Amino acid sequence: MAIDLSQFHQVFFEESFEGVGVMESGLLDMDPGAVDAEQINTIFRAAHSIKGGSGTFGFNDIAAFTHVLESLLDQMREGRRQPTSEVRTVLLRSVDVLRDMLKAASGGSSPDDESVKHLQQELEEILSNRERAAETEKSDTGPADPDTHELIGWHLVFCPLPNIMRTGNDPLRILRELASLGELDVRGDISQLPRFEHFNPEECHLSWDLRLHASVEQSRISEIFDWVEDECDLVILPIHAGDPAPLETTGQSLVPVAALPELSSVKAADPPVDRRAGNERRRTDRRTGERRTQGVVGSGSIRVDTRKIDNLMNMVGELIITQSMLSLLGENFKIEQVERLKDGLDEMARHTRELQESVMQIRMLPISFAFNRFPRLVHDLGAQLGKQVELKMTGESTELDKSVIEKIGDPLVHLVRNSLDHGIETPADRLEAGKPEVGRIELRACHKSGTIVIEVRDDGRGLDPELILGKAVEKGLVDAEAKLSHQQVYELVFQAGFSTAENVNDVSGRGVGMDVVRRNINELGGSIEIESVPGRGSAFIIRLPLTLAILDAQTVYVGEEVYIIPLLSIIESVQVKPDMINLVAGRAETYKLRNEYLPVIRLYEVFGVEGYKARALTEGILVIVEGEGRRCGILVDELIGQQQVVIKSLEANYERVEGVSGATILGNGLVALILDIPGVMRLANTSLEPRTLQWSA
Amino acid sequence: MSELSSSPNSTPLPDSGGGEYMAFTLGAEEYGVDILRVREIRGWEAVTRIPNTPSYVKGVLNLRGRIVPVFDLRLRLGMPFRAYEKETVVIILRVLNGKMEKEIGVAVDKVSGVLNADPEEIQLTPDFGVRLRTDFINRLVTANDKMVMLLDVDKLLCVSSLGLNAEYSAPAAKFDTKQNETGADGSETQPAGYR
Amino acid sequence: MANILAVDDSASMRQMVAFTLKGAGHRVIEASDGLEALDFAKSQGVNLVITDVNMPNMDGISLIRELRCLSAYRFTPLLMLTTESSPDKKRRGKAAGATGWIVKPFNPQQLLNTVTKVLG
Repeated sequence: MAIDLSQFHQVFFEESFEGVGVMESGLLDMDPGAVDAEQINTIFRAAHSIKGGSGTFGFNDIAAFTHVLESLLDQMREGRRQPTSEVRTVLLRSVDVLRDMLKAASGGSSPDDESVKHLQQELEEILSNRERAAETEKSDTGPADPDTHELIGWHLVFCPLPNIMRTGNDPLRILRELASLGELDVRGDISQLPRFEHFNPEECHLSWDLRLHASVEQSRISEIFDWVEDECDLVILPIHAGDPAPLETTGQSLVPVAALPELSSVKAADPPVDRRAGNERRRTDRRTGERRTQGVVGSGSIRVDTRKIDNLMNMVGELIITQSMLSLLGENFKIEQVERLKDGLDEMARHTRELQESVMQIRMLPISFAFNRFPRLVHDLGAQLGKQVELKMTGESTELDKSVIEKIGDPLVHLVRNSLDHGIETPADRLEAGKPEVGRIELRACHKSGTIVIEVRDDGRGLDPELILGKAVEKGLVDAEAKLSHQQVYELVFQAGFSTAENVNDVSGRGVGMDVVRRNINELGGSIEIESVPGRGSAFIIRLPLTLAILDAQTVYVGEEVYIIPLLSIIESVQVKPDMINLVAGRAETYKLRNEYLPVIRLYEVFGVEGYKARALTEGILVIVEGEGRRCGILVDELIGQQQVVIKSLEANYERVEGVSGATILGNGLVALILDIPGVMRLANTSLEPRTLQWSA
Repeated sequence: MSELSSSPNSTPLPDSGGGEYMAFTLGAEEYGVDILRVREIRGWEAVTRIPNTPSYVKGVLNLRGRIVPVFDLRLRLGMPFRAYEKETVVIILRVLNGKMEKEIGVAVDKVSGVLNADPEEIQLTPDFGVRLRTDFINRLVTANDKMVMLLDVDKLLCVSSLGLNAEYSAPAAKFDTKQNETGADGSETQPAGYR
Repeated sequence: MANILAVDDSASMRQMVAFTLKGAGHRVIEASDGLEALDFAKSQGVNLVITDVNMPNMDGISLIRELRCLSAYRFTPLLMLTTESSPDKKRRGKAAGATGWIVKPFNPQQLLNTVTKVLG
């Protein structure tokens, strides 16, 4: 039967990537000074698993490479080798190479053989230099010297030790296997059987004299006795054509194999089982019921806790019940039943909402998947830059949608690299500034009222407003005379082409700017802000919606048209009183919100809506919104309500429209457009650049 | 709203090369589109307007959960607009935009039926000069003594092929901007300009 | 046919073993470590156990030792999955009561052959 092993490949790759991650974090956590045996064991086991699997599924290069890794780890865990930091570095590099090999294999391409060979050699050298016990198992050589006479068979004397059956080995099985090689003449020897009253059915006191008519190699025979080598006395002699009386039996009766009694297992009284003071249940991440995919970006599968699926099934069940109740009601509906109908519909709405939440739950993964690359990154980059940095991560179990996790990785990497490169000072500088030598970067994630907040904080030198402003003026982004608050200056960092780094090194300077980071985050429906105190540190705060496809929305009317404003962007909605309005230079209207003067945007103007109702601000509702760090008030005719909407793409069949981030289908089947607040602000502004900032004074 | 049985899995052929066409009218003129590109035909229904789009883009509609843009074919071809009547239909087409397959709807006056064109009779469009947009029309055929213009549907979505008299839908209120766009009555003094 | 307990912390290996043996008509129970396997073995009878050695919570050799303490499993064939370069493991396994071993990497056919032989 040929079994197609490729069906198991995906699981193997998922596991192996997980295993590589375990190895990496284990190695990073490892302190060469104080070695934890269990830690090394964990790393070893991960390598061992990968080796076993890759060999089984045909990825022999990976198996060979991992084998060397494993041997090294084995030495370490048996105390035959010290886990120095040099060894650790080599192992970390090997982990990288292994990861690349796995990536290549899973993508169907071939890995970089050069680096693999190189590293493998290095590992082997280390192994051979200082190993003491290197057992290479000698293969069974076996065959007798080639004889001038033809080999026609083998003479075996097989005397199992009495307790052979204790290992589950049944002599009958062995005899059967021998018989499969050729004709087998068996002579049983019962001479050693004890007297009946002393007979212990769990012991074997039989032995056999066997003649096998098969010209096979001796190794083939020894193979059959492999498992019971230590539990029997075995003699194997070749039989040649020229031997005297080659296949004759001597003496006692010949017992054909088939007639051998079945040795069935006998139930003895339960021996007292002494419970071992058990191995403590060491919980590693892999032991919990929730197994997850390791950040294999864009992988098409997700491993889900079965409890979540059970939950889902329950919800669906409830929904079906409610639905059939409603349809029954509808069959012979009488107006008196309208209350029941309403109740039923409410139930339906509730179940649907619960179902929706359950499904969203399935796609949720802990953010640790996005965070897990950072210890390594900080370790390597810190070393490269000559800076000492401690990374602290909190809230790793905060869950977010799988697709958001996949897309938030790159922006986070950029921010952390920025902190490392530009934020954290060199140890010398830090000491001079009265700070501890070791800098600190903190990655924090938490849920806050329906959104995810992710922070990247460092205690480095912070953003220098003067420097930034200077550069901005230099690049013509801002007028030299413009008066900007610190916060506005920080926002400049997000402008395209902006970088204050004196030398654009390859760490964070080239190409991928903060503008791309912001754009990526905006595309996820989120926002990013900067907080900074010069000399003390900076923080980048990212806010993301809990899920991509569903939006909490405020629906509004402008004329006959319905528009959707994301609730996340709304600060508040107000009925405008005349005394809140001010004119600037007699023309530009602003609205006074507490201590800020916000520009006003008339949505009917920006979108060319006909049939709008509110012209003057006091006639409609002003929705105060925020986008990309700026605030304004959007005039609409009236508010309709708040609801969750499913986001549909406009670009799928049409194209991107400025000011519109997507569309949704309302309950009445009509399409409503979802506002893209920054886009609306851009449309309203005369120029796209903050040169003519009309924002708050 | 009838749904034609164009098989959803058939790859759009660039040219039927003398097969079947869905024929429809715009005023007195007859047009046709490759029938394999027709997904369905719907009666005219309310669409949601999209701001700041060319005037031939009437808006988008909800096609069983998908957002599909609807073009006015007259405007797209550079012909004058005609108000919609109860016979006005929207033909949902599958078009190729670069490598992506998209769906668009085109509003036409009336559907005439299915045309079986003899490949012998199909000719390339002669050059009518600048007056008529021939970007979208790549073939002509004669059927029942009438000239039928066969459309290249993939061109309908291309931004570059603008109708002769295409205008961007103007905002309701015109206002001052740095550029000299004058308003309808020029008297509005609105703060924020619009580009 | 037979009830077989397959123990390995690697899901892909377990899947492959289970798939192979089920294809031959056996019933396969999967466990991801020794502790889980011991639980299963106690609650339902199996005719054969195939176990990896390196597993968290309880390794294969300990599992074998524990199983041999149970009266129902004193003579049951218990096989270890080992790699070729550990004669030491084999020895320790046998000392703990293992019937024998299957060398990794192995292909499905080899697995089937061994299982057939052992189950008779």
